[in-house]
Amino acid sequence: MTGAAATAPQRRDRSHSLLDLHVLGPILALAALILLGTGISATNESTFLSASNISNVLSRSAFIGIIAVGMTFVITAGGLDLSVGSMAAFIAGLVILTMNSLAGTVESVPMLVLVGMGAALSAGLAAGAINGFLVTNMRIEAFIVTLGTMGIYRSLVTWLADGGTLSLDFTLRTAIRPIYFGGFGWLTWPIIVFAFVAVLGELVMRRTAFGRYCAAIGSNEQVARYSSVNVNRVRMATYVLLGLLVGVATILYVPRLGSASPTTGVLWELEAIAAVIIGGTVLKGGFGRVWGTVIGVLILSLIGNILNLTDAVSPYLNGAIQGVIIILAVVLQREKKAGT
Amino acid sequence: MGDAVTAPLALRDVDRHFGPVQVLHGIGVDLRAGEVHALIGENGAGKSTTMKIMCGFLVPTGGEVLVDGRTRRFADQREAEAAGIVMIHQEFNLAEPLTVEENVFLGAELRRGPLLDKRTMRERTAELLDRLDCRVPPTARVRDLSNPDKQMVEIAKALRQEARVLVMDEPTAVLTTAEVDTLLEQVDRLRAAGTAILFTSHKLGEVKQVADRVTVLRDGRVVHRGPADMSEHAMANAMVGRDVSDLYPAKAAPRGEVALRVEELDVPDHAADVSFELRRGEVLGFAGLIGSGRTEAMEGLVGLRPHRGRIEVDGRSVTIRSPRDAMRVGMVYLTEDRKGRGLLLDKGMRENLTLQSLPDFSGLTVDTAAEERALDDAIARFDVRAPMRDVKVGNLSGGNQQKLLLAKTMLADPEIVIIDEPTRGIDIGTKQQIYKLIRELADEGKAVIVVSSEMQEVIGLATRVLVMREGRIVGALEGDQIDEERINGLQMGLGRAAA
Ligand SMILES: Nc1ncnc2c1ncn2[C@@H]1O[C@H](COP(=O)(O)OP(=O)(O)OP(=O)(O)O)[C@@H](O)[C@H]1O
Ligand SMILES: [Mg+2]
Repeated sequence: MTGAAATAPQRRDRSHSLLDLHVLGPILALAALILLGTGISATNESTFLSASNISNVLSRSAFIGIIAVGMTFVITAGGLDLSVGSMAAFIAGLVILTMNSLAGTVESVPMLVLVGMGAALSAGLAAGAINGFLVTNMRIEAFIVTLGTMGIYRSLVTWLADGGTLSLDFTLRTAIRPIYFGGFGWLTWPIIVFAFVAVLGELVMRRTAFGRYCAAIGSNEQVARYSSVNVNRVRMATYVLLGLLVGVATILYVPRLGSASPTTGVLWELEAIAAVIIGGTVLKGGFGRVWGTVIGVLILSLIGNILNLTDAVSPYLNGAIQGVIIILAVVLQREKKAGT
Repeated sequence: MGDAVTAPLALRDVDRHFGPVQVLHGIGVDLRAGEVHALIGENGAGKSTTMKIMCGFLVPTGGEVLVDGRTRRFADQREAEAAGIVMIHQEFNLAEPLTVEENVFLGAELRRGPLLDKRTMRERTAELLDRLDCRVPPTARVRDLSNPDKQMVEIAKALRQEARVLVMDEPTAVLTTAEVDTLLEQVDRLRAAGTAILFTSHKLGEVKQVADRVTVLRDGRVVHRGPADMSEHAMANAMVGRDVSDLYPAKAAPRGEVALRVEELDVPDHAADVSFELRRGEVLGFAGLIGSGRTEAMEGLVGLRPHRGRIEVDGRSVTIRSPRDAMRVGMVYLTEDRKGRGLLLDKGMRENLTLQSLPDFSGLTVDTAAEERALDDAIARFDVRAPMRDVKVGNLSGGNQQKLLLAKTMLADPEIVIIDEPTRGIDIGTKQQIYKLIRELADEGKAVIVVSSEMQEVIGLATRVLVMREGRIVGALEGDQIDEERINGLQMGLGRAAA
């Protein structure tokens, strides 16, 4: 036969080289932002590269970051979750109420903290399971379900707080401050947990059958079903995982202010989704990467940080710049397809 | 070439590369007005690519496209359509949520003043469908149509455009024999009206029946061109580059015990009272017209659709609610719809190959090295020909997709294999390989069901044939009884044979 060339597939394809803009894009954008920040801080003697500033930026991006890692799985599997911001607020409210009400009966503070953590995790788990159940078993569009639960949780926390603020008892508040502010020097607990979740998430997405199934379902649910994949269970697992991570984020968030209010976590869902998309995960599912999401989170929070360092651009334009970056990221994704 | 008449469309020395891989080498084709030209070749030979270049969907990386003897560079297919060149794709190109009439007039809507002239469009659509003997109402939504009807809508759309040059990429792959006849009549009509037609099909009988001239491609090169007076066998040999006789391997009588017993299987709205036995070593054929409920019955059997009835595997009664349940008892189903349900088109071969058996490749994490080895084996055993190893499966030719799908199914190491339309859109050389593989499975002692609308295939492969009609089994044929006439009679509802 003359088909020798065609029968012996080569190992590598050129389009997979490191120069692929799709892979490099988010990294380049992050590098550019860091350079920009360094440049600006050199001119006005601000503290962009100082350990405390970096630690600050990372700690604050940890909440969104942890949630965005979970969101990466949901989106990769062709889903969406708009409820995470309200969910975080609601869980924060629940945790505060639980700890306050037990403060009289339970003496030991560590015990109380553990109970609070347990409450946060189980509430997150339950909330994720509710979203997952409605999406998978009731076959309702994820957008609709989570738009609904977003409103419900937001309203519930407003009701719990009676329109005002829920605050943790003063003694408790001081006791748990280290969960947000403590750690090993500049390496605070939120940073450690974020890093841990991110590394684990990347491994799960890339190396496990679960990650493979998420991408398969997002790519073509029918094919997954015909290939004996338990589509509903995997879908459900993505929402439960996300709920659980919202719980984790809340555990780190509550100690920061020691309170929850109707404005807690507002727009977190959009920031998380934006970070996922900037990182190169495809919004309609089928392909996701956790490391990209992490970079997306860092890009979003650095923009705010840099705007605060300089008077050249008003910090009020933060949202506009983030918007431009999100749109750019999607344009880059599309170019990758057209280029084949 | 010294033709007196200039070709309305021709290719000269056309090359095409995809990345580093060259898939077309110096292709030359001339289409003439009032002539049907067949382009044949193995899967992946470059037929679709050639056609796409002719119709402005792809640009050549070398050589030129001539329209009426003059070089043209189409920026896109709209420009080609404006020049009277229309293509019907191998895959459907319809807007699923729209109605039939909206699709037929998509991009060329008729207007009366500022408003759409719906009435005329509906009438013209009805007229076109009528010419095609197609009975779908113009107001039906395309997503609700069966595959053959969709194909007819595609053809109606092309007829509406009154093309000077009509290029059809495997238009008959999803059609029944009767529908193919209707289509070929239309082709005759267009030819008589002076249209230049290029078409491709893996059913060489059709080629023989309708083509005036034939161009044979092999590995992206033209290896033969001439009048269509060659025999089917000669065409097959030219395509494959070796002798293809004995398409079907010799049958062997099944000796094994009963592997699967199905009693009174009901799949609501699709199939009722389906009962049969399947032995190890047996190839059981399911014949019937498209829409007779064979696919749905099989999908019910493996838990892809809700169903009632009793199922026994190896004498033990089993409950099957999902494909996983089916896989657990060693039964797998290979879908007829490889693009929509079989393969993830935007993923590579490795991910696709192991998707169904991923638990076998993963403990805590997926063992990619083992996956790569499985892919090596699959490429060798099923002769999958890919331009490069990490190609997206959507860019494989149809036949190679089918082989990969077969490899994926076999990786699950099933005992009972149900294959739905094993060779749809597959070249004759590959068919021979696939038939041999099916035979080998049976010889290994597996129990095999083949669902096929291609009667020759059922006749050539099966040791026993069940014929379905309107969701029910209407007859069983065995041994010498298996012939075209009997199957035809049963599937058209002309009588019952003893079961
Ligand atoms: N976009 C693409 N990227 C990379 N390779 C491609 C692409 N499109 C086609 N190919 C390769 O080009 C070759 C020719 O493909 P083509 O679809 O033209 O074959 P074909 O003759 O139509 O086959 P079939 O009978 O299976 O439809 C194949 O090896 C295919 O894998
Ligand atoms: Mg083709």
